[in-house]
Amino acid sequence: MEIVIEITSALCLLIGSFLCVSGGVGILRFPDFYTRIHAVGVTDTLGASMILVGLMLQSQESLVVAKLLLILLMTLFINPTATHALAKAAFHNGLMPLLSKRSATDKEP
Amino acid sequence: MLIAATLAILVVMILAIIRGVIGPTLYDRILAVNMFGTKTVLLISLLGFVMERPQFLDIAIVYALINFISVIGVLRYSDSFAFKQSTHEKESEEP
Repeated sequence: MEIVIEITSALCLLIGSFLCVSGGVGILRFPDFYTRIHAVGVTDTLGASMILVGLMLQSQESLVVAKLLLILLMTLFINPTATHALAKAAFHNGLMPLLSKRSATDKEP
Repeated sequence: MLIAATLAILVVMILAIIRGVIGPTLYDRILAVNMFGTKTVLLISLLGFVMERPQFLDIAIVYALINFISVIGVLRYSDSFAFKQSTHEKESEEP
């Protein structure tokens, strides 16, 4: 039974690390602010929760599990709120999304 | 596995710092700092497990709250003149 828990925890940590690294590559490679928000959203919700669930499976005491659960809940509530406020401020101040060349030329004439 | 996850988080933090330094607009920098703070919370909790010190989780909770307050505190000034000036300068430079 213990080895099952160990393997599940390692799998959760692996998936979380992969999602975080892919989001980190995405924040460097994406061309636009709004697409970069998408890359950060993946790491902030699914990557962080996978790593925290993997840590929860490894811990023995119930107090540690409760603290990790608190961190997980705060991450899931706080980060979408901050990202939403950031995107709303950017859109209100006139930062336009990057559109493709063809749609921009279609609109002009 | 814990150490591998810690190293991956460190790599992601370096990538976020690079975007924060070269970010073309102000919002990219705020986004990168927000992502850096979230990854710091994860790094502190992972380090607590690697070094077998579960007290680090308390610091992680406090850091998550401080990160949220700092982002909202910066965005409190998003109606100010400097924010709007920065986006319009970016638009006029582009074409």
